[in-house]
Amino acid sequence: MSSVKVEIHQEDVDKIQEIAKSYNNDPEALINALHATQDHFGYLPAEIQEIVAEEMNVSSAKVYGVVTFYSYFTMTPKGRYPISICTGTACYVRGAETVLDEFKRQLELEVGETSENGKYSINCLRCVGACGLAPVVMVGDKTYGRVSPDGVKDIIAEYEDAE
Amino acid sequence: MIKITINGKPVEVEKGTTIYQAAKKVNINIPVLCYMELEDMGVKHNPGGCRVCVVEVEGAANLMPSCVTKCWDGMVVKTSSPRVLNARKTVVELILSDHPFDCLVCAKNGTCDLQKMAQDLGIREIHYQGEQSTYREDTSPAIIREMDKCINCRRCETMCNDVQTVGALSGINRGFEAVVAPAFEQNLEHSPCTYCGQCVAVCPTGALTEVDHSNHVLRALADPKKKVVVQTAPAVRAALGEEFGMEAGSLVTGKMVSALRELGFDYVFDTDFAADLTIMEEGTELLNRLNKHLSGDKEVKLPILTSCCPGWVSFFEHHFPEMTDIPSTARSPQQMFGSIAKNYFAETIATEREDLVVVSIMPCVAKKYERSREEFSVNGDSDVNYSITTRELAHLIKQSNMDFHSLEDKNFDSPLGESTGAGVIFGTTGGVIEAATRSAYEMHTGKHLDKVDFEELRGMEGIREASVDFDGQEIKIGIAHGLGNARKLLEDIKAGKSDFHAIEIMACPGGCIGGGGQPLHHGNSEILKKRQKAIYQEDAGKKIRKSHENPFIQNLYKDYLGEPGGEKSHELLHTKYFDRKKRWIKK
Repeated sequence: MSSVKVEIHQEDVDKIQEIAKSYNNDPEALINALHATQDHFGYLPAEIQEIVAEEMNVSSAKVYGVVTFYSYFTMTPKGRYPISICTGTACYVRGAETVLDEFKRQLELEVGETSENGKYSINCLRCVGACGLAPVVMVGDKTYGRVSPDGVKDIIAEYEDAE
Repeated sequence: MIKITINGKPVEVEKGTTIYQAAKKVNINIPVLCYMELEDMGVKHNPGGCRVCVVEVEGAANLMPSCVTKCWDGMVVKTSSPRVLNARKTVVELILSDHPFDCLVCAKNGTCDLQKMAQDLGIREIHYQGEQSTYREDTSPAIIREMDKCINCRRCETMCNDVQTVGALSGINRGFEAVVAPAFEQNLEHSPCTYCGQCVAVCPTGALTEVDHSNHVLRALADPKKKVVVQTAPAVRAALGEEFGMEAGSLVTGKMVSALRELGFDYVFDTDFAADLTIMEEGTELLNRLNKHLSGDKEVKLPILTSCCPGWVSFFEHHFPEMTDIPSTARSPQQMFGSIAKNYFAETIATEREDLVVVSIMPCVAKKYERSREEFSVNGDSDVNYSITTRELAHLIKQSNMDFHSLEDKNFDSPLGESTGAGVIFGTTGGVIEAATRSAYEMHTGKHLDKVDFEELRGMEGIREASVDFDGQEIKIGIAHGLGNARKLLEDIKAGKSDFHAIEIMACPGGCIGGGGQPLHHGNSEILKKRQKAIYQEDAGKKIRKSHENPFIQNLYKDYLGEPGGEKSHELLHTKYFDRKKRWIKK
């Protein structure tokens, strides 16, 4: 998994220390601590993982192992308008993959990637509990139901003029 | 107790015993690949992942992995029924379907567990074709990772994290992409790896191997312009015979010297000589610090830690950089030898240092890294040019068509081949500190030591403590082998809870006899104990058993070095340590 080089400031370290302390710096709570850290920073670049490792008393290799195992964790920042395509069973059988392919084609992005201007990112998720609306796409908090490949253009158009 | 039947044989086992362990009790050997048990180190690695050990259990619909399935009362097991054998073959074929077919040129050819498995099961065809994993080759100064050969047994991960607490490796990614790697998939060189080589020692395939220097050695031997000097570490002679089918613990010192001469080395010397030299320097440093401490100097750092083991040196540089002023500054015997050979000996035989090639035979993988450290070279010429393991030496002997068994016993050359019993015991856990104690006692008390065997320092427990009476002054000594055990002692020192005067640390379980470059012992600690016995046997047979009584060492100081701990000694025989901890914020 590729990572973005970031500059770490003292307040970032303070924040991670605070998170780690709330889990008693217990290695067993590593996944929880990573969730909290990602919630705060938006993603988990290598530098942040190193500090989490130090504070949670595990090796950096171990932290990286966990981050690369669970698809929830990401080492690249999400776009300002993160696009999530549900590929759960119901959405999948109703054509989620063709919708996903259309997003990838139009935005020239692969799953897990973020556009160079930081605006869009594409991710897959598993079931949002709206199977009646399958296939489902989410952009940020907004949900789109019964999306067809033809409708992808209209969804993207909604955000074209936004910052 | 639980009663079960395996292949018709009744077995009684304690609750919690696995089928694999129960079968072992009645000498039924179930093949395993990912499973690893190092009983004396308290290490059990059974992820149950490879599925090679499946067995048939009466009444159960599916075959069961014997390494993780616990016995129940009345269980009836078949370990080699046609159904089991078919399944086992399928499992191995599936593993092989994602494994490169370069066995003929693989470093593990002949010692690979997977190859042996395929051979034992008579696999002649792979019925499954599909995508194969690819992975870049990662070469470091000591270890090569070829992860396309990895079968994900994760034994290396257990050694690196649980036994050694180094934390360089972890399983990363998932599914087909899963692989064992350093953090952020960096090369090993940029990880906290200490090159202890314990991962190499347990890897069942060619995924992790040592960097092979033997061809460089052959090239140097063939070069008429070069004088080639070899030094052999003490632990090598206690294990080399195993590579030629000899019983573990066979001492082959004389045959080894003979083989090295036949290979064409100009001078066959002994690292034990440099071990004696190490004791002079390290012992002097210990006494200096001790005397200052006893006279009330609050600044002086105690305990003093030994510094012979390069894996251990890397470990504290990476993990305890704030404590780099505690270990002795004495170089390791390998490096002391290199320094003396390239300076003193080259001068003696009127040879330029560049034309003198120094080769070391080591039980160790980390020595390859140690020799490459910049501070041990002059104008790009390393004090030790090549370091090869016991296993590589065995290869050299085999490819030279020597019948090792019939080689005559020969003696090391003089003067750098002359050593005492104290130099020999460097090869086992507890040996360095015993050797130091023998000399320090006499230097400190001015009295003659009649009994040189310090039984209280010997043994195989991971952490040992002992007190030695220095004529009324109690000296407290700690010993740890295996870096996980070393970490415990270091944490105590850091917390101010340690009252030791001196501590010996070896990175590998057992000390050098269990080094990452030794013939594979497959976790059988009986083999380690036999090697240890051989080391003490060689010591007991030596006429001189205290380093400071070695007449060649005495001459070296008189003619060349001056005083132990003096200016010349410091220049040639001491070193400094570096803070290698990675930090993300520059202060």
